Amino acid sequence: MPYLFNTPEQQQEMLQAIGVDSLEALFATIPAELRLNRPLDIPPALTEMELQAHVSQLAAKNVGPGSRVCMLGGGAYDHFIPAAVDEIARRGEFYTAYTPYQAEASQGSLQTFFEFQSLICQLTGMDVSNASLYEGGTSVSEAAFMAMRVTNRHDRVVLLGSLHPEYLQIVETYLTHLNCEVVVVPCDNGCVDPADVDAAMNDQTACLVIQHPNFFGTLEEAEQLTEIAHKYGALAVVSYDPISLGILTRPGDYGADIAIAEGQSLGTPLQFGGPYLGLFSCSEKFVRKMPGRLIGQTVDRNGKRCFVLNLQAREQHIRRDKATSNICSNQGLIAIRAAVYLSLVGKQGIREVAELSCQKAHYAAEQLSQIEGIDLMFPDRAFFKEFVVSCSEGADYLLRKARQAGFDLGPELSRFEFKNGAETYRTGVLVAITEQRTREEIDRLVTALKA
Amino acid sequence: MRNQLATELLFSLSQPGRRGALYPAADVPVKPLEELIPKSALATEPTGLPEVTESDVIRHFVNLSTLNMCVDTHFYPLGSCTMKYNPKRHERLASLPGIVDLHPYQNPSDLQGMFELLYETQEMLAEISGLPAVSLQPAAGAQGEFTALLTAKAYFEDRGEKRTKVLFPNSAHGTNPASAAIAGFDCVQLASSKAGLVDLEDLKAHLDDQTAVFMVTNPNTLGLFEKDIKQIAQMVHDAGGLVYIDGANMNAILGITRPGDFGGDMMHYNVHKTFTGPHGAGGPGSGPIAVRDFLAEFLPGPVIKRNETASADEDRYVLEMPAKSIGRVRTFYGNIGILVRGYLYLRTLGAKGLKAVSENAVLNANYLKAILKDVLPVPNGDLCMHEFVASASKIKSQNGITAMDIAKRLLDFGFHAPTVYFPLVVPEAIMVEPTETESKETLDAFAEALRTILKEDPAFLHLAPHSTNICRPDEVVAARNPILQCCEPQ
Amino acid sequence: MDQSNLKFTKTHEWVSVEGEIATVGITDFAVNQLTDLVFIELPQVGSTCEAGKVFGEVESVKAVSDLYSPVSGEITEVNEALVDDQSPLSDDPFGKGWITKVKISNASELEQFMNADDYHKFCESEAH
Repeated sequence: MPYLFNTPEQQQEMLQAIGVDSLEALFATIPAELRLNRPLDIPPALTEMELQAHVSQLAAKNVGPGSRVCMLGGGAYDHFIPAAVDEIARRGEFYTAYTPYQAEASQGSLQTFFEFQSLICQLTGMDVSNASLYEGGTSVSEAAFMAMRVTNRHDRVVLLGSLHPEYLQIVETYLTHLNCEVVVVPCDNGCVDPADVDAAMNDQTACLVIQHPNFFGTLEEAEQLTEIAHKYGALAVVSYDPISLGILTRPGDYGADIAIAEGQSLGTPLQFGGPYLGLFSCSEKFVRKMPGRLIGQTVDRNGKRCFVLNLQAREQHIRRDKATSNICSNQGLIAIRAAVYLSLVGKQGIREVAELSCQKAHYAAEQLSQIEGIDLMFPDRAFFKEFVVSCSEGADYLLRKARQAGFDLGPELSRFEFKNGAETYRTGVLVAITEQRTREEIDRLVTALKA
Repeated sequence: MRNQLATELLFSLSQPGRRGALYPAADVPVKPLEELIPKSALATEPTGLPEVTESDVIRHFVNLSTLNMCVDTHFYPLGSCTMKYNPKRHERLASLPGIVDLHPYQNPSDLQGMFELLYETQEMLAEISGLPAVSLQPAAGAQGEFTALLTAKAYFEDRGEKRTKVLFPNSAHGTNPASAAIAGFDCVQLASSKAGLVDLEDLKAHLDDQTAVFMVTNPNTLGLFEKDIKQIAQMVHDAGGLVYIDGANMNAILGITRPGDFGGDMMHYNVHKTFTGPHGAGGPGSGPIAVRDFLAEFLPGPVIKRNETASADEDRYVLEMPAKSIGRVRTFYGNIGILVRGYLYLRTLGAKGLKAVSENAVLNANYLKAILKDVLPVPNGDLCMHEFVASASKIKSQNGITAMDIAKRLLDFGFHAPTVYFPLVVPEAIMVEPTETESKETLDAFAEALRTILKEDPAFLHLAPHSTNICRPDEVVAARNPILQCCEPQ
Repeated sequence: MDQSNLKFTKTHEWVSVEGEIATVGITDFAVNQLTDLVFIELPQVGSTCEAGKVFGEVESVKAVSDLYSPVSGEITEVNEALVDDQSPLSDDPFGKGWITKVKISNASELEQFMNADDYHKFCESEAH
C-alpha cells in the first residue's frame, strides 16, 4: 500500500497498546448501521508507472500551447515564467509546510510573505498588502465587503459594466442575497462614460469598482473615476493588471483606496484557471478592516527582527461570525511564486515585459485590422495588451480559422452575459498578446486569416 | 552551517542596474509609448521593485526556505490540518504539458482530457461522500461552506420558505459562523455535551421553522465521531432544515462511513488536507462540495457532464450551468491544479487504499493517545478518530507549564507543534493529528520527547524554543504598531 | 481608586454618573481576562448608544471583545488618547482609562447594576 508505514506486526503491537483487538474495533463509536459495508465504487489503484501513462493519455486528449500559439486572455495570460520561479516553488520546505502559525518553525514562509506584501506595495503604490486571497474575482467581492465596513454603507455598490463579466457574477452571488443593491454602469462602447458613473453614484454607495485596463483591454479614465467615487464618500476600488503597472500609473498614484488584481500573470502557469492569486492592497488607515492574512514585522524575545501573522483578531478563527471575511486559507504557494517572479524581473524587467506586451499587441491589432472582414471593435480606444476584434463572418468562424492555423484566440464575448452592454458585443473576440508572442507568429496568423 | 545573511531582506540586496531576468528587444516596429497610451495613463516613475540577480533570488529564497519546518523534513502533527505526506509524483504529473498549460477559455473540444479528469473527480467525490451532486468550484473549505449555504438558501427560497438561522456547536471551526454570516444567516451557537459531542437537548431547544442549516464537523473537532448523528440529522430534517457536514476530518472515515449515509445533505472536502493537496505554506486549497440530488439544480456552475450518447464528432464532456444555479462563486472552474493532485491521489489509492488511509490514521492517533495517557490527559472520549485533543490544564495548574510552552519546546526536539488552543471548548488544548503517513517509530519518538519535556524545568520551558533561529516573537508589539512592509510608503 | 461611586455590569463595564452625564469604562477584571490590549475601536461623538448594545470593541492579540453600553443616550465625548495608547485601560481603568461619556436618556437603566462589593463577588464566581 503506498504511503503507509506500519507493518502488520507493528499494527498488532499498536492495537495491543490501545487495548483493542482489531482495526475494526477502533471504529466502535460509529454505529454499525451507518457503516459502509462494501468497498467504495471507484476505479482501481494504479502504480506510479501506470498513473503516469494514464495521465499522459488524458493530457494528450487536450490541445495545449505546445501545439497551438496562445493569444487567449480574459483574465488569464500566457506570460513567460522564469525557471527560478518553479525551482523555489518546488521546494518541499515551502510547499509541504502549513500556514505559519508557529512563527519559530515558519520564518521562511513568514519572511517570504512579508516580502511579497512589500513587493505588491512597490508595484501598486499602495500602503499595505495582505498575503493574498483566492483569485481576482473574489477579491472584488471581498473589496466590496471591506468598503461596506469602512463606509458603514451596506446597501449599495456600483460597478463598471466593463468589469470582467465573471467578476460581476461573483459580486452578484456574494452581495445580492444580503439585500445589497449591485448597480452596474452600462458600457456599450468598450469604456464607460464618467458622466454615467457620476449619475449612478449617490451618498449611500459603499464603493465604485473600476477595472483598468478593463475586460475589453481598454483603458478607463481611472483617475477621474476615482475622484467621482470620492465625491460621494465612497471608496474607489481598482482592479488592475499587475503586468500593466510596468508602464501605467499605479493605483496608489491616482487615489485608489483598495487595489485588487488577478495575480496569475506573476509567475503562475495557466493550469486551466486555478489556483491563481488574489492580490489585495489598500490604504493604511483601513488595515484593520482588511480581509485575509497579514504578516507583520516584530522582534523576538532577544530583540531579533522576525515576522509573525499579525492582526489575527480580524480573522475567522478569532472573530468568528464577525470576522472581516470567512477566508481561512490563502494562496501561499502562489504568493511565493509571485514574490520570486517580481524579484527576478525587478524594476527594469517589469517595464520591459509591459512594454513588449503593449508594443506587440498594438502591432497585432494593426495587422489584424487590415484583414478584410476583421475590425477592431473599439478602434478609438487606447488599450494595453488586449483588444477586441469583430469578424464579419462571426466569432466562431474567426476562432475556427485561427485554430486551424495553430492559434487560440479568445474568449469570444458571446460566452458571457452582458446585462448592460451593446448587442454588438456578441460578435467580438478578445485577443491578448504577451511578451512571449513574436512578430513571426503574428504575421503567420494574419496570413492564415487572409487566406 | 547556516548562512548568516539568510534573513537579510531581499530589498537590501538591491543594487541599481542588477538584473534577474532579461528580455529580448522588440521584434515588431516600436512606437513611442505616448502614441499608444494617453500620457495621463503612463507612469512617470518606475516601480520600486528591487534590482537583484537570479542567483541573489535563488540564494535568498532557498536560505529562507530552510527556516521552515515542513512535512518533507519533520513530523507535523498539527491537529485539524491533516499534514500527511505529499507524493512527489503529483508534482511531476500535475506539471505535464496538456495539464498545466491549459487556458480556461480554450475551445471545449480541445479540453476533453481535462474535462474527463474533472468529471471522474466529481464522480469519485460523490461516491466517497454518498452525495451525488458535486461542484468543484470552491477555492477552499471556507468557500465550500459559503457555497453550500447559499445553495441551501436558494433551495428554501425556491420552496417559498424563508429560513434565517444557521446552527453550529461551540466546537466548530471559526469558518462555520463566518461563512454563515457572509451568506446572510443569523448564527446560533450551541453547547457541547459533557462528552464533547453535540448537545441534543440544546439542539432540540434551538430547532424551529427558522432553522435553515445545522453545520457539524464529523468526526468533530475533538476527534470524536458524533455517534448520534443519525438522530441529529432526523431532528434537523423534522424541523425542515438541512444538515451540513464540515468535511475537514474526512481523513478518518474514507470508505468506512459516508456523510450521505449518516444524514448529511451537503458537505465540503478539503482536497489539500484529505487528498494531500499539498498545503503550500497556507494555500492554495480546494473545497469542492457534494450535495443531495434535490440540491443539484442550485449548485454554482458550470459543472461537467458526460454526454453518454455523444456521436463521434460531438464532445463527450460538456460544461453545463445548473438550472437554478446560485451563480458563480469564483472565476473559471476551480483550483484545478489542486483537484488534479486529488485525482492522482485517489487513482493511486483506489478503494482499498483509501480505507487503509483512514484505518491507519485512526490507529496512529489512538496509539499515540494511549502511550501518552498517563502524562497528557484527554478529557473527552475513550477511542478517538484520526486526532485527539489533550488538555494541559492540569499540568498548568500544577507547575505552570502551558500548552504553548509544550508546543514551543517540541520544536527543539525536531517535531512540529500540534495545534494549540483549539477547539475553544477545551482549556489549554493540544490537538494532535499524526496522520497515516507516519510510522510507529516516529510516534514513539514523539511521545518520548513529550515525556521528557513534561519533566523539564518550567522556567526553561517558558523560554522555549532554544534551538530555532528566533524565539517567541512579540505579537503585542506587532499588533499595536503594525509594520506590514519593509519600504516607506511612496 | 475609590470604586464606591461606580456601578458595574455583568459584561464588565463600569459607569459613573455626574448629573446627566455617565462616564463608561471597562473593569480591571475585564482587562486582565483579555491580556495585552492592542487596539480599541471607539464610537463617533454625537452618535447614540443603547443599553445592552455594542458601542465599540477592544482587541488583544488573540481575542476580541465587544464593549456593551450600560446606558442609552448620546455619546458626548470619547477618550481619543486610547486609540494610540491602550495602557491606561490596564494601568488606570477607573480613571485615565475611561472610554466614553454619555448623555443619559433613561436614568432608570442605572438601577439594575451592581455596586463594587457585589461586582467583586460576581467576578470571583466567574473566575471559578
